[in-house]
Amino acid sequence: MNRAADIFNKPSTYIPFIAILLGLLCGGIVMWIGGYDPFAAYGALWNTVFGTKYDFGETIVAITPILFTGLAVGFAFRAGIFNIGADGQYIIGMTAATFIGLKVHLPAFIHAPLALIVGMLCGALWGALVGWLKAYRGVNEVISAIMLNWIALYLSNYMLRDFLVKKGEQKTPNIDETASLSIGWLKNFMNGARMDWGIWIGLLCVLIFYVLLWRTKQGYELRAVGHNADAAKAAGINIKASFIKTMMISGAFAGLGGVFSVLGVFHYQVVQAASAGYGFDGIAVALLGGNHPVGILLGAFLFGGLTYGSSGMNFEADVPTEIVRIVIGSIIFFVASHGLIRTVIQPFFKKRKSRERKGAGMNGNVG
Amino acid sequence: MEQAVPVVELRGITKRFPGIVANDAISLELRKGEIHALLGENGAGKSTLMSILFGLYQPDEGEIRVNGQPQAIDGPGKAIELGIGMVHQHFKLVQPFTVAENIVLGIEPSKGLSINYRQANAKVKELSERYGLMVDPTVKVENITVGMQQRVEILKTLYRGAEILIFDEPTAVLTVQEIHELMQILKRLAAEGKSIILITHKLKEIMEVSDRVTIIRRGKVVGTVNTAETSESELAEKMVGRRVSLDKPKPPANPGEVVLELSGVTVAGADKGKPVVEDVSFSIRAGEIVGIAGVDGNGQHELVEALTGLRSLQSGSIRLDGKDIGHAPVKTRIKAGMSSIPEDRQKHGLVLDFSVGENLILGSPEEDRFFKGGFLNKSEIDRHATRLIEAYDVRTPDIHNKTRSLSGGNQQKAIIAREMERDPRLLIAVQPTRGLDIGAISFVHDRLLQARSEGKAVLLISYELDELHRLSDRIQVIFDGRIMGEVDPEKAGDDEIGLMMAGKKQAGKGASS
Repeated sequence: MNRAADIFNKPSTYIPFIAILLGLLCGGIVMWIGGYDPFAAYGALWNTVFGTKYDFGETIVAITPILFTGLAVGFAFRAGIFNIGADGQYIIGMTAATFIGLKVHLPAFIHAPLALIVGMLCGALWGALVGWLKAYRGVNEVISAIMLNWIALYLSNYMLRDFLVKKGEQKTPNIDETASLSIGWLKNFMNGARMDWGIWIGLLCVLIFYVLLWRTKQGYELRAVGHNADAAKAAGINIKASFIKTMMISGAFAGLGGVFSVLGVFHYQVVQAASAGYGFDGIAVALLGGNHPVGILLGAFLFGGLTYGSSGMNFEADVPTEIVRIVIGSIIFFVASHGLIRTVIQPFFKKRKSRERKGAGMNGNVG
Repeated sequence: MEQAVPVVELRGITKRFPGIVANDAISLELRKGEIHALLGENGAGKSTLMSILFGLYQPDEGEIRVNGQPQAIDGPGKAIELGIGMVHQHFKLVQPFTVAENIVLGIEPSKGLSINYRQANAKVKELSERYGLMVDPTVKVENITVGMQQRVEILKTLYRGAEILIFDEPTAVLTVQEIHELMQILKRLAAEGKSIILITHKLKEIMEVSDRVTIIRRGKVVGTVNTAETSESELAEKMVGRRVSLDKPKPPANPGEVVLELSGVTVAGADKGKPVVEDVSFSIRAGEIVGIAGVDGNGQHELVEALTGLRSLQSGSIRLDGKDIGHAPVKTRIKAGMSSIPEDRQKHGLVLDFSVGENLILGSPEEDRFFKGGFLNKSEIDRHATRLIEAYDVRTPDIHNKTRSLSGGNQQKAIIAREMERDPRLLIAVQPTRGLDIGAISFVHDRLLQARSEGKAVLLISYELDELHRLSDRIQVIFDGRIMGEVDPEKAGDDEIGLMMAGKKQAGKGASS
């Protein structure tokens, strides 16, 4: 059997691609109606993402946070939980890393790892809170997570204002150089793009996601709970513990996203009126990637590319960035309504299949 | 005999699904006023064929004639127009609506903008009386029994002018009494000139009620016979394709030491109300099957959940091999030697989106064997799966296939394989043959008897008295959460057990306890 062809014939694989094409098409039509040249705009988009080393590096900077939150949401999905709280876990991870980066003074080999681990753990605990509430108090995870998102935002702002930001300013001083997770030589190589360890740890997390879920006993149990909690319970799996573990792991992924935004990219944190929404982009990324780690990686790449590339569309082709959000929105719409896509493309497949069958009939069994 | 034109004639119907020919050149004739049984195992193609007749599928080849005219039935609407009605296995009723509202749904008689309920009620009442259905059109569906709901479904088809009625496994959800009544209704309908197709795999019902039988095996017609000229065993053989013995006498029991002992088991109801299981005490010894008879909903679910650890005890104790496990978690019970075949295999027994191999290790007490250092031991899992699907005849193209793609019978076999393979001390089987065909039923029964002869203690909970009679060494009758008494299946008749199931205490000299 032709394995590669099989993969591309699986609906879950080709539907996102068709969705992307349809999304781009929709965006193109919107631009055309608005009096912009879609070809020039998409050309500019492409150029912005792949044009220079600096731009490509900055695209990666845009990809990294949504890769982490995408993994967070996807992982929880696989284990039967809708983690809408990745946003809060991201903020908590970020704030904890900032705190360690500013208030603790240690040599580099220990300072940066400590800040990373503390940030990750705080994200994990913030997630675990949602899991605990679901397991032992029967609170729907969507409700508690949304509330915890706001609590995280204001808790973070409180921490910043009262402990980390100088009076009268809106942003913290830069973290200690020893806590930085930037990669200097790579930054120079990419002509100054803010390169850090984030994308590499992100790729490692893609692998961890896969191995944990499909190669370990723990993952087997989490997936069992995700697919059928009743059967898992009857088989002696502790589903309450499972909810908490799932949310811890998910929260750790999201928290890492926040960690790298401080330690790797900005080196400071800002008092925010509203969250940057990476957690919500993560939901879209997970959906686009079919909750599979590799799919999430591709989804994050697409989203990050579109987000960063939108600035180019703005500069070069004069297209407002809102149009790019329309393209992204269209893509999500088409992925979510895969039933629609199936209906649209079914006739083509049917025709091909019947032709194949006829062909096979005439030529004998060729396949 | 009759030379009249058949009301329905299926000619060479073929329907293919990816990878399978569900119907292979099937031809069938339905005469006016007859009850024609369609017999076949699960997956033989009965339901597909009837879905084609009802317009839910389009045949790839073949022709359908209704009253001699070739017809293209492109949807249920067309089928209804042609006078074909279907009584589905799973009722399609709106619970908070009244009987009449359900029946007229979609074709409501109107009076201006509102529904003319008086006319609807009157029409339903008239139909109900004509066919002896005795349904009150004004009560809400949620307040009537399953048997009555089925009659509402029958009325729905009659109201739409059906002359041809298709019944899809109509007795699967009914009690003994209700089945008996349904048979009378079918006869009455046929006597009034309706033509009936009865899809079933229950031979007893076919022998009781049908005029002719068409047997389907693996998508092909094996033959059509007059019911009067055949026998249950002949039909069974035709359906399965080999000789099956329906009433093998079981070997004598050889009970050993007590394995399971329940004393005073009480399970609280919802909101700490009246207990749903009250003061249940009995024991099962090694090498015997103890059956629990009772009408569905008399505490069986809760009793089983208390046994398997899914529900907590209010009071009383459960001992397995002398060890009190009444409050132990599920895993501990499994490790102590408890296996169970759950009633709802898709909900409690399997993770349908897991591969067959993954399901075969679900809840396995042998953690070290399948998980090495916390990682899945894929080769051992595959080896285990390959051996089990062979030994238990689980039909799947591949052990990596999703369990969802297996037929119900094969899903059940997979559960049995998994649970039996653990070599348990106690096997709890709840409705182990629900929804299975004869071939699979006899397989399950053989396995339960095998467990018994291997010296395992078996607890069998079933709503089918035949099954309990055939397998059990002792029967406990449960009513309203309490054990009404114990009977010897060799001596007690259905009537006696039936009375106890309805709440009458055991007759005669002091209940054995």
